[in-house]
Amino acid sequence: MSVLIAVVLTLVLVCGALVVFTGNVQRQAVTLSLYGLLMTLLFVLLSAPDVALSQVVAGTAVVPLMVLLTYRKIRGLR
Amino acid sequence: MSRAVRWWVLGAGTAGVGLVLLLAFLQMPSFGSSHHPYRDAAVPAAVAHGTANVVGSVTFDQRGIDTLGEEAIFFGSVLAVLVLLRPEDEEEPRPEEGSLAPLQSTRLFGYLLLPLSLITGLDIVAHGHVTPGGGFQGGIMLATALHLVYVAGRYRSLEQLRPMPLFESGEAAGVAAFTALGFAGIAVTGSFLANFLPYGTFGQILSAGTVPLLNIAVGVAVGSGGIVLLGQFFTQVFLADREKGSGS
Amino acid sequence: MSVYAYVVAGALLLLGAIGIARSRDLVHAVVCLSISQSGTYVLLLAIGYQDGAPAPVFGSTSAPTTRVVDPVVQALTLTDIVVSATVTALLLALSIQIQKRHGTVDPDELSALEG
Repeated sequence: MSVLIAVVLTLVLVCGALVVFTGNVQRQAVTLSLYGLLMTLLFVLLSAPDVALSQVVAGTAVVPLMVLLTYRKIRGLR
Repeated sequence: MSRAVRWWVLGAGTAGVGLVLLLAFLQMPSFGSSHHPYRDAAVPAAVAHGTANVVGSVTFDQRGIDTLGEEAIFFGSVLAVLVLLRPEDEEEPRPEEGSLAPLQSTRLFGYLLLPLSLITGLDIVAHGHVTPGGGFQGGIMLATALHLVYVAGRYRSLEQLRPMPLFESGEAAGVAAFTALGFAGIAVTGSFLANFLPYGTFGQILSAGTVPLLNIAVGVAVGSGGIVLLGQFFTQVFLADREKGSGS
Repeated sequence: MSVYAYVVAGALLLLGAIGIARSRDLVHAVVCLSISQSGTYVLLLAIGYQDGAPAPVFGSTSAPTTRVVDPVVQALTLTDIVVSATVTALLLALSIQIQKRHGTVDPDELSALEG
């Protein structure tokens, strides 16, 4: 296993912990987007370009956008 | 159950599952080994069908029925979100407040990136059988590219560029086209989703039989479905309670 | 060291579960579920990886060969990512409805099952 893959795996784990332990949902959307970007990097290093493309469009753009819109709507209903 | 007891249960559960997972991982083939029997079967089958992107071949040719199920899940979930987030009688659309206009640099960035993203998305869908990519990736990219209009401008502009009935029909048409290609496979060879078109030259755009057509069907379905899905969330944010007046 | 990738996948799964259990906001719990699901992507791709092997896409410079990364687990992971994004969308729509009906998205306050 190359050093680069080991480093990116560690970064992914740390960023995952960061997303889980962020309390504010607005901040969580941003860290989730960063997490998606790190996962994309990991997938490229693991020779999986199809999966990396899928992750970058779904997990980095669409899901954080939906989380932000949901947060905005729920805050507006309070 | 008090909170302290809940923490103990969580701790015990996590430790137990972690232990079981660790025992399983120690007996798996080591990371990076060269023993992959599925690959040894899938790659020759993809090359025999003239598909340069083996993952695309596995998705649309060798395991096409799974992709039909995945499209059905996507379709059903967009339908469910449409039902859940339909505006109720007490709600009416409220005007977007005259809040901050986007920065000039954001507008320039958005307007420059919009045609680039649209063309890249179309390219990824069309070349799904020769380069990494495919219907799903390109479709979602097209859906998010359209929303650059909202980022660089106003919600009104996005609403005008996004006639909802068109995209709702587009999603249904995509899934229907996928199923129709499956039944065409039955008509020609007797198997659902069989690859019945000529395989063409390996690595050219006219190759791999039905895989590019299935890619286009999935791209249309997922792109339209993504726009409808995001549209529901946007509509909700810009709704207000009729009695309360303006929203957030 | 050869199990490190699998251990990271298992750790992501458990981190997501811990996040769901300790969250005070349904939307926060949905994001933690998304983290949990991404642990399975790492596991699947780690199973299919081979040291020094290129991606399973052939072009003008790479002739077809079986010395590539496993394509079947990549197809599985693609479906996994689609289903995960879809489930997240559905759960977010549900939490909007819960806020409208019950006035709160705190799981501790949503304990009563109403008929």
